[in-house]
Amino acid sequence: MRESPLDIVDQEYRAGFTTDVEADTLPPGLDEGVVRYISEKKREPRWMVDWRLAAYRIWRGMAQPDWAHVHFPPIDFEAISYYSAPKSLQDGPKSLDEVDPELLRTYEKLGIPLHEQGALAGVAKAGNVAVDAVFDSVSIATTFKDKLKEAGVIFCPISEAVQEHPDLVQKYLGSVVPQRDNFYAALNCAVFSDGSFVYVPKGVRCPMELSTYFRINERNTGQFERTLIVADAGAYVSYLEGCTAPMRDENQLHAAVVELVALDDAEIKYSTVQNWYPGDQDGKGGIYNFVTKRGACLGRASKISWTQVETGSAITWKYPSVVLRGAGSVGEFYSVAMTNNRQQADTGTKMVHLGPDTRSTIISKGISAGRSQNSYRGLVRTSPAARGARNYTRCDSLLLGDTCGAHTFPYIENKSPSATVEHEATTSKVSDDQLFLCQQRGIDPEKAISMIVNGFCKDVFRELPMEFAVEAGKLLEVSLEGAVG
Amino acid sequence: MSLLQVDDLHAGVDGQAILKGLTLRMDAGEVHALMGPNGSGKSTLANVLAGRPGYEVTSGRLSFKGRPLDQEAPEVRAQAGLFMAFQYPVEIPGVSNMEFLKAAQDSHRKANGLGPESPVAFMQRVRTLTEGLALNPEFLKRGVNEGFSGGEKKRNEILQMLLLEPTLAVLDETDSGLDIDAMQTVASGVNRFRSANNGVLLITHYQRLLNHVVPDFVHVLADGRIVESGGKELAHALEERGYAWLTA
Repeated sequence: MRESPLDIVDQEYRAGFTTDVEADTLPPGLDEGVVRYISEKKREPRWMVDWRLAAYRIWRGMAQPDWAHVHFPPIDFEAISYYSAPKSLQDGPKSLDEVDPELLRTYEKLGIPLHEQGALAGVAKAGNVAVDAVFDSVSIATTFKDKLKEAGVIFCPISEAVQEHPDLVQKYLGSVVPQRDNFYAALNCAVFSDGSFVYVPKGVRCPMELSTYFRINERNTGQFERTLIVADAGAYVSYLEGCTAPMRDENQLHAAVVELVALDDAEIKYSTVQNWYPGDQDGKGGIYNFVTKRGACLGRASKISWTQVETGSAITWKYPSVVLRGAGSVGEFYSVAMTNNRQQADTGTKMVHLGPDTRSTIISKGISAGRSQNSYRGLVRTSPAARGARNYTRCDSLLLGDTCGAHTFPYIENKSPSATVEHEATTSKVSDDQLFLCQQRGIDPEKAISMIVNGFCKDVFRELPMEFAVEAGKLLEVSLEGAVG
Repeated sequence: MSLLQVDDLHAGVDGQAILKGLTLRMDAGEVHALMGPNGSGKSTLANVLAGRPGYEVTSGRLSFKGRPLDQEAPEVRAQAGLFMAFQYPVEIPGVSNMEFLKAAQDSHRKANGLGPESPVAFMQRVRTLTEGLALNPEFLKRGVNEGFSGGEKKRNEILQMLLLEPTLAVLDETDSGLDIDAMQTVASGVNRFRSANNGVLLITHYQRLLNHVVPDFVHVLADGRIVESGGKELAHALEERGYAWLTA
């Protein structure tokens, strides 16, 4: 009998443990009282609570989007708890010394040491990454704050920014993703609990990589973080985001909003390695990752680049986008989305060309294994004012086995006669012949698949900061475990 | 102990019987040529030896350096020193040739309890081999066989053979589709490889290659069995008279 080289066996999710800390968790359910409660917990000013309540009312009048190529039972928004914080953090941590050692151990175990001499997992040498760690609804620690302050860079929990830098927050919050943008974004605006705020002042090149690490721990809670990054004229910042959650039988909702703003000649590089718990082999449990990420290239010759490596989540619904308003601004989207078992991903990007001579590049690599469904959905739009705009899209799908699916949904709306829009797409399979060639050279099938998949993703991994590229390669290997029998 | 021993082998692919009682014995230090008309089962033998999925042994015995092969995974056979040069090498886009060669060599060394060779030594060895086969060093950076010409693909197979130093090399129609220069390059690669410690099984349709790589034995395969064996002069007889007189 011919053995299929692509049978699925057990795979292990290495970040699936839980942390035993006493938590202050709101009972499930959502009404204005909950919104006010969250706002009070954060001691927010009046304008903030009003903004949240406006969003809440908008959200009440909206319906969940149903156009994505994903299937799941309706979410009961009354069964979710909208706020959870470890008890020890009720008054907010003043410094690392005050953080519950149990929490520090959690991050240690995940390879995210929160000591300032430390760095990201397996990157002891780099030592140059500032981390904001968000545990359920609160930020528990932000490292290297002082060093960043010297350079004039603000990197802090967004709840702190609301207190300390209200002018900046008020100016930019919701400016890229407004309250009524979409169902999940409106929900996030109402109940967002924490997240990171970054401001890089004029002409400053941020001296280190900034990173936020999101961890869902509590049962039945959703995580609704909000990230806002502003790069003033001529500034540069590279930002990394990582995420994990314990293995739980029920689905958990993660509905984040990320807004990026780049002024004249500014550049923001945003990299995500997303490793939320994907559910088990039969599709039980896992995170619903319904995220709105958008950047606005407001200034001329500004640049925003999204790089994402997505291996987790039961369901992914995510389209990191760039609105290219400034003349000659540049948007980039580099993505690897890997799905295995019963995972479903509908992910891609939107490049909206408003200004003249704007350019965008989209490189998307989808890998499907098991019984998963992996869709690329991308919009390229050019307005009449976007004279000479250019887009290049390349969209490749790789199939492992014959029980998975890959789909491509490109949308092109070109209203600028002088614009150039190119789209290329391929679908390929790891063939038995390729595997056999590797085996005949002594390479076992597991290693061969990982090599082939890594080769397939090379164009995207090249865009990741070095230390993250190594992590991404390893992560892919873990996600592929069991994709070969 | 023979390098390769095949006794009364019956095998096929997808339920179709192709080899019908093939017997062959090879010792170290020998080059055997296996010739025969299309469809006689030459490539099937190569694939059965290498353990390609889909190829099934229905009866008979197959042993390599005294160990039975039937149950072994293809990579285990390869690590034990059994190499097959492909008639149609496939492309692996995105995986650089260098990376592929390194992974292949590392796996062979690991199976023999050795760690990876130092990158510098490895690189130098590969460069030297590349030059010897008249391949542009740039090709090491390209994807495995990606956009290679037919001749480059075949020379790449020989490069892998020289790098991995197998004890038995089965070359499945490596000469097909080569121009005369490429054939001479391939032949000199094989001649450099052959030694008292290894064996080569040359599967070929034409006598042409055998002018450059002189075999110790020539076998004629027809309808799944070896119908004639002899020295190198048998190849010349085939060149003049064709296969019909043997298969009639």
